[in-house]
Amino acid sequence: MAYSDKVIDHYTNPRNIGTLDKSKTNVGTGLVGAPECGDVMRLQIEVDETTGIIQDAKFKTFGCGSAIASSSLATEWLKGKSIDDALNIDNMEIVEELALPPVKIHCSVLAEDAIRSAINDYRGKNGLEPIESTKVHH
Amino acid sequence: MLKLPIYLDNNATTQMDPRVFEAMKPYFLEIYGNAASKSHPFGWAAEEAVDYARGQVASLIGASEKEIIFTSGATESNNLAIKGVFEMYASKGNHIITLSTEHKAVLDACKHLEKLGAEVTYLSVGYDGMIDPAVIEAAIKPNTILVTVMYGNNELGVVQKITEIGAICKKHGVLFHSDATQAVGKIPVDVLADHIDLMSFTAHKMYGPKGVGALYVRRKNPRVKVTAQMDGGGHERGMRSGTLNVTGIVGFGKACEIAKTDMAEESTRLSGMRDRLERELLTLEESYLNGNKEYRLPHTTNISFKYVEGEGLMMGVKDVAVSSGSACTSASLEPSYVLKSLGLDDELAHSSLRFGLGRFTTEAEIDYTINLVKEAVTKLREMSPLWEMFKEGIDLKSIQWSEH
Repeated sequence: MAYSDKVIDHYTNPRNIGTLDKSKTNVGTGLVGAPECGDVMRLQIEVDETTGIIQDAKFKTFGCGSAIASSSLATEWLKGKSIDDALNIDNMEIVEELALPPVKIHCSVLAEDAIRSAINDYRGKNGLEPIESTKVHH
Repeated sequence: MLKLPIYLDNNATTQMDPRVFEAMKPYFLEIYGNAASKSHPFGWAAEEAVDYARGQVASLIGASEKEIIFTSGATESNNLAIKGVFEMYASKGNHIITLSTEHKAVLDACKHLEKLGAEVTYLSVGYDGMIDPAVIEAAIKPNTILVTVMYGNNELGVVQKITEIGAICKKHGVLFHSDATQAVGKIPVDVLADHIDLMSFTAHKMYGPKGVGALYVRRKNPRVKVTAQMDGGGHERGMRSGTLNVTGIVGFGKACEIAKTDMAEESTRLSGMRDRLERELLTLEESYLNGNKEYRLPHTTNISFKYVEGEGLMMGVKDVAVSSGSACTSASLEPSYVLKSLGLDDELAHSSLRFGLGRFTTEAEIDYTINLVKEAVTKLREMSPLWEMFKEGIDLKSIQWSEH
């Protein structure tokens, strides 16, 4: 299976690899997937508490090229967004941007889950209720 | 000069040897007769070529030429052997014994027969991919008609104790079939010494053409017969109808002749390079060899690089053609059933690469591969959350993972 140029670009030059200090109250961490499924994504956001804007985002991913590219792209999109706008990122936008084939759609779903999970971790740390996913994934 | 990409997937198929191609050439345009045409020189010439090739093929495995049935490849040979024995020996019993690590052509043929009333025992192998012959003996029952065990495994390269298994089958009067697709032409295989009754193999794994294979069917002690699965003109002693692929068969014969002459030297050369590749890659922290290290094919190694996903790794080593036990592309997300049969964690199965060296592999290619794989594993670990957790001393099994 051939990868799209954008997947290859993100795989070869991944954006925002790294680790944020998860003990900080303004850092939210999402860890999704499972090693036995062949995909694990960890996505972190650092939120400016006065503006509610995501000022930094980092990821580390165990997975195929499409999983790495999906999470790399997600961190790019998250930076500079408000939490509310971040929640509106849809996995199908990732699919379109990276031209993922049908067998790789689950990589984009995982990235969306990681975003939501990181935001909920941040909300939990700050005494807010988690936001339930309204989407049903296959 | 190093030419990229490098082909290290010789268990999937091999490059044709130019000597094989030369031998085949006249049989495309000049000698085009039907080997079954007995009434004119066109047919005679084709038949003569097939007879000669049959001798070359038989000679490589210690058989007589009358025991070679030409087919379209090893998948067809496996189907003919297993289904053909089941039909032919139905009055003797319906029980078949095989291994969980067999190729799909064997496993799915067995599954098909289960629907037709066969009783199939799928034996598990040990952590090293080996089956203890005593386990096979213990599984034999009065209604057992066939034991089918792969000679050398395609994913691991593990070579079973075929001679011992053959002797057990002979002792119990049970037919013994071996899928020797990966072994013939690579290591010495002798159907008499190994007590093999039926054996499948194919040309394209030994530098011959695709689309031609053989089934060895023993003619003496005992005389074995299989029910044809392809009806028609009664070719190949009535066991496999269909006009013979003369050109392919000529190439198959030549490939067998070369394999017989070059095997000793070639296997020493390949195992030397394979061992160097393996030794170097195993210097990487948390890398593990899959399968038995002693009983195996000379050209194959299968290594898991923990905390790195195989498909992602293949993308990182895209200038080297290898294969992975990861099945990220399959709908089920299930990794290799062969690696899982060994009792490997799914995670390790997802992290595996198979390297298959071949006749045309060079030392320079191995050097390049070693460096590339080392770099890619290191780079991917730097972006792996699992590697970070491992380095922090976190037990991954203690984490509640979200299945998806």
